[in-house]
Amino acid sequence: MDHERLQGFLYDMLLARAFEERAAQEYTQGHIAGFLHLYPGEEAVAVGSIRAAEPSDYIVSTYREHVHALIRDIEPKKIMAELYGKSTGVSRGMGGSMHLFDKERRFMGGYAIVGETFPIAAGIGYSILYRHLPEVVLCYFGDGAVNQGTFHESLNMAALWKLPVLFICENNHYQIGTEIHRHSAVVDVYKRAASYAIPAEQVDGMDVEQVYAHTHSALDRIRAGGGPYLLEFQTYRYRGHSMADPGAYRPPAEVRAFGGQDPILLATRELARHNPPSKSAQASDPAMDVIQQHIDKGFAAGHWQQEDVATMKAQIQQILDEAVAFAQSSPSLSMDDAVYLANQNHAHEVLF
Amino acid sequence: MAVMSYLEAIRETLRQEMRHDQRIIIYGEDVGVRGGVFRVTEGLQKEFGEDRVIDSPLAEAAIIGTAIGAAVNGLRPVPEIQFADFIFPAFNQIVQEAARIRYRSNGEFGVPLVIRAPFGGGVHGALYHSQSVEAFFAHVPGLKVVIPSTPYDAKGLLAAAIQDEDPVLYFEHKAAYRSIKGEVPEERYIIPIGKADLKRPGKDLSIITYGLMVSYAQKAAETLEKEGISVEILDLRSIRPLDVEMILETAKRTGKVLIVHEDNLTGGIGGEVSALIAEHALFDLDAPIMRLAGPDVPAMPYSPPLEHAFMVTSDKITEAARKLAKF
Repeated sequence: MDHERLQGFLYDMLLARAFEERAAQEYTQGHIAGFLHLYPGEEAVAVGSIRAAEPSDYIVSTYREHVHALIRDIEPKKIMAELYGKSTGVSRGMGGSMHLFDKERRFMGGYAIVGETFPIAAGIGYSILYRHLPEVVLCYFGDGAVNQGTFHESLNMAALWKLPVLFICENNHYQIGTEIHRHSAVVDVYKRAASYAIPAEQVDGMDVEQVYAHTHSALDRIRAGGGPYLLEFQTYRYRGHSMADPGAYRPPAEVRAFGGQDPILLATRELARHNPPSKSAQASDPAMDVIQQHIDKGFAAGHWQQEDVATMKAQIQQILDEAVAFAQSSPSLSMDDAVYLANQNHAHEVLF
Repeated sequence: MAVMSYLEAIRETLRQEMRHDQRIIIYGEDVGVRGGVFRVTEGLQKEFGEDRVIDSPLAEAAIIGTAIGAAVNGLRPVPEIQFADFIFPAFNQIVQEAARIRYRSNGEFGVPLVIRAPFGGGVHGALYHSQSVEAFFAHVPGLKVVIPSTPYDAKGLLAAAIQDEDPVLYFEHKAAYRSIKGEVPEERYIIPIGKADLKRPGKDLSIITYGLMVSYAQKAAETLEKEGISVEILDLRSIRPLDVEMILETAKRTGKVLIVHEDNLTGGIGGEVSALIAEHALFDLDAPIMRLAGPDVPAMPYSPPLEHAFMVTSDKITEAARKLAKF
């Protein structure tokens, strides 16, 4: 994979991680209210898959969608302002964290009701098919969503009508606090697609290069008229379900193993940097932080130096400082905004 | 002017609008090859092809969900729910998404969607083929709900619904499909959503109603006229938004109001209409507002005598109006 693309992935993942950590900080300080679901640990999925898509493709996302929006190149400051509930937010402060929309970038929304998105994505797929366009809908969902009836209804329709939809499961193994073995009879999500004759694969979602490659070939196949496809990315979220959830239901050893926080693992990683593993070791190491892993691979292959990473981090820090300043200085919504929005749905209604 | 049945008016409007606008697609269970269980969409697949008139799997949540997706991306889907009773699996999609996407997307995405569904009883359909479901949806800001009473209105309201930029539920009384006939102009026209229709002027009392009950009320008014009671009839046509102005006008004009619907009494549209009158026209009234509605029982009985007892009829309207006139 070329140097520039790998650097791009690194930048994207660093931005994603830093944005989310900054959002957590703002939340803790009381600047962001409500429910905030963060993405650390899963960055490789959004970055690899969205960068494999064309700008003309559509994205339908979940309530954990800040990073999808960021990687779709929605300005960080507009997302931050939305989290703040300000009028300069990407959804004018009406949606907040879980309901980002951007028509221009074909970001068709974050949805906070699990399973609601499957038919909506299929319907957008139908509108593409109807116009014979080479576009695809990327429909993101978690492992918890596949037990909703709409998953099955929509996969059936998508397969029946050969809709251009790429179903992307971000399998982080937890339906909030319920581990996948306790919520699903079949824990390999990709196997469920077989019931509808939809081709599917299980892919290491901690390895951004693999995510990119598999998404790219799936999209090619869909664009060539092959009908829907399902990719299950095995991933892990390092934080709890939301800021209100410390995630105490997970064994600490499991979190450490996935988060790369264990000092012994850090030391081993340092060793590995000097003695790179053989090329045959393909799978990502779950015990290593997903971004650190990408950084280390880049070091080993000579794609970047320590100072390149430091420069990127500094740039990102500045972008986020500006985003927060923008959000803080932006106006809150007024009743004029409320009336404007309400009137759109009340064109003929007489209100007393 | 051609005389058509209520059902034919709906079908011909679908045909006319589809000829006019390539973005309109129809789908639902059995709407294509079979032409719908009531034959409303008969012949449309033949004329417009399988990619515009689509037989869908039996999956209401996905029928409405995919229609929302197609609508936000530029099509104008007119899905059919085979019976209004089957709409509940899609309730989530309608209430959470269709009704709210415009509001929460800062107006970026509209959902120009028309959900057609036959409703109502009196056809021995019992529990799952007789329900009136309009009040559930009339409660939801972001939705519009229309119920035509005549073939003329069926055409104008359906065209308006299809041309609307936001989601509209269009309920068709299945007992009206073939029993109600009327003149329908050939040319395209719309009846604005939210405008009621004064069906009959009168002096002694007002009946406010909609759908199939309009023709029952007209029959009752004719009977009462012979007894010297002059009845005014207001057909709401849209139950969300309500035509508040016309509701208040008729209430003030006659001073006596009888609200009639087949849907059961508690939480029905009658409550909203009577609240509006009580709030804004109480001192113009000469009698308490009266409501005549389906009974608060869990389901339409299959037993013919009990079904008859459930249904609002012309006789029941006549009796209630007579009582109100005497107050």
